[in-house]
Amino acid sequence: MLIINHKKIFISISLALVALSLLSIFIFGLRPGIDFTGGALLEVEYEESRPELDAIYAEVSNLDFGNVLIQPTGERGIIIKARALSESEHQELLNALGREDSLTEVSYNSIGPSVGRELTRKAIIAIILVSLSVILFIAFVFRRVSKPVSSWRYGFIAIITLLHDIIIPTGIFAVLANFYGAELDTLFVVALLTILGLSLSDTIVIFDRIRENLADEAEKNKKTEFGLVVGKSIEQSYARSIATSLTVIIVLLALLFFGPESTKHFALMLTAGMTVGTYSSIFLASPLLVWAEELQNKK
Amino acid sequence: MIKRLLTTCALLVLGFGASYYVWKSEPFHLGLDLSGGSHLVYEADTSTVTGDSGDAMEALRDVIERRVNIFGVSEPVVQVQGPGLISGSANQLIVDLPGVTDVDEAVRMIGETPLLEFKIESGIDFTNSIDEEGNITIDPDSLFTPTELTGRYLERAALEFDPTTREPYVSLQFDDEGARLFAEITRDNIGKTVAIYLDGELKSNPVVREAITGGEAVISGGFTPDEARELVKNLNYGALPVPITLISRQTIGATLGEDAIAAGVRAAIIGFIMVCAFLILWYRLPGLVAALALSIFVAIMLALFKLIPVTLTAAGIAGFIISMGIAVDANVLIFERLKEELRIGATIGDAMRVGFTRAWLSIRDSNFSGLIVAMILFWFGTSLIKGFALTLGIGILVSLFTAHTATRVFLSVLDFKESRAMRFLFSSGLGK
Repeated sequence: MLIINHKKIFISISLALVALSLLSIFIFGLRPGIDFTGGALLEVEYEESRPELDAIYAEVSNLDFGNVLIQPTGERGIIIKARALSESEHQELLNALGREDSLTEVSYNSIGPSVGRELTRKAIIAIILVSLSVILFIAFVFRRVSKPVSSWRYGFIAIITLLHDIIIPTGIFAVLANFYGAELDTLFVVALLTILGLSLSDTIVIFDRIRENLADEAEKNKKTEFGLVVGKSIEQSYARSIATSLTVIIVLLALLFFGPESTKHFALMLTAGMTVGTYSSIFLASPLLVWAEELQNKK
Repeated sequence: MIKRLLTTCALLVLGFGASYYVWKSEPFHLGLDLSGGSHLVYEADTSTVTGDSGDAMEALRDVIERRVNIFGVSEPVVQVQGPGLISGSANQLIVDLPGVTDVDEAVRMIGETPLLEFKIESGIDFTNSIDEEGNITIDPDSLFTPTELTGRYLERAALEFDPTTREPYVSLQFDDEGARLFAEITRDNIGKTVAIYLDGELKSNPVVREAITGGEAVISGGFTPDEARELVKNLNYGALPVPITLISRQTIGATLGEDAIAAGVRAAIIGFIMVCAFLILWYRLPGLVAALALSIFVAIMLALFKLIPVTLTAAGIAGFIISMGIAVDANVLIFERLKEELRIGATIGDAMRVGFTRAWLSIRDSNFSGLIVAMILFWFGTSLIKGFALTLGIGILVSLFTAHTATRVFLSVLDFKESRAMRFLFSSGLGK
């Protein structure tokens, strides 16, 4: 009951976190990688010593590829970012960087702008699809418990909770982007969608218990106040909720600290997302439900 | 009771069998980011295709695949990605070449398959294009209009030498459909010129003397033997039915891939150990049983990966690791329920029964939402992402089996007498 009695406080905490995250996204910005914008990303490593960046820049500007970003990496490597290059342009660029035997090409990706646009479109559609399915799924599963709060409200509140769950990790990602140069790529979108799915499971655990208790009440013809029922449900299920999330977070931490380089940001996002997701199921979703019911009754 | 014992034995055998299979069979299918390799995306220009563009894309796919196979790549993937209601992209061809990191060679080769076209006179009248000074501008390409007959109907090309002049020429043999088209074209154009274009260049324009029904044609004139040989080789590898441009290429170095695999396996093992430790420490006896069920889960999953087979990517390994966590989820739900029932004072047997039944609804609902996400991700992703969605989805389904069914059977087999010790073993946490 502690949570329900102080629901305004908890809801405000969540609001504050969301606002902070939005601010972070706004200030630091999310940097879309070439997966979304299209473009070329070339990484080379020089055998002996890396030439002066200015000299490299001068050589490359002669090629007239438009805006080219040159960054040093490690001790002898450089990373070059430019617009999408054709094969012959790719070769020209390599030649401009040095003689063939003086450097090795570590990796090269060139993604046409249409492919990038395509990916962006699909990402947005995927997120919308998942949200829609969530609302429909919950509304369906909770259809018998339409009193005192309609089943659509459950779905709606679940969505708000989920939004909260993806905005905060995105805010964290914006910080990563700014200080560690992390870029938005397909794995980021996958992380978002996974958080949506896993966090939803968690929220359902609590809603499920509420549903069960409400059914119990109806059966025994008791008329306990909705807020009390929700409070009792939380008390009964918070251990469960935390334990289920903990198991996933344990494996995620293993992935984060011991896993491949390419999935580190992904693991970090997911860990943040799961943590926030668990928090929101207990401290946000249920208070919102009670609040919604109170508002409904005032009318 | 006997039935339950038998089921338990069956499950254990299944677990061992799966492990053995995984141990002995060939290695896993690795995705590009683990094996190293190249991911190429081509866009096909289907605007000039008169027939069904879907057919043309399929033909293109076959040609490129043949080409790639000759190049000697193991397990290449050549896929068409056409415009769908939702995807709405232009016609694209995706080529995945695992293990090919010097992709320049592959790109050059794929890009070189020639485009063979047969065109007929367009009947254009040039008297209109005479300007004031009496000059005529003739655009040679406008002299001809394309027909339906292109290289996609070519069955075989061969190098021949003219018996009299000893000049090399290229003889073409069309397939049935091509022969029919060619007969039609030649029948309708007797006395007129039919132009043979190769890669957009006019190669030969003989005058049709009679309808040719045998499906045989000849390109001659101006070839050196080397040129002719090269042309025949290219034509046989497959003339492209539609022109293509490379719009995207990604290369992943092999060493990056090896590191990723090592790290992924390490993370999976550590994750597994940590979860088992948590289960046993927190949930004690049921936890031990759950750890056993988890081991069987891992064995079955790995066996499925080899059987289906599933292409593992770094994201795919991540999906597998996450599904391990989800598999345990179901167990946690059941055990928490169990704990509750014990606390109200039920017997161990009753508590178990109630625990499993009531938890099932929650398990079903929460896993279902995970499945929905996996399905959407599968549709959304490139091959690298599909791996994640697949391992996650399969993991959820298998976990429903092992966490629920297997655990239940194992627990019900062990005969429990009520006692303080037993109750201790069944409760959880750090308390009593």
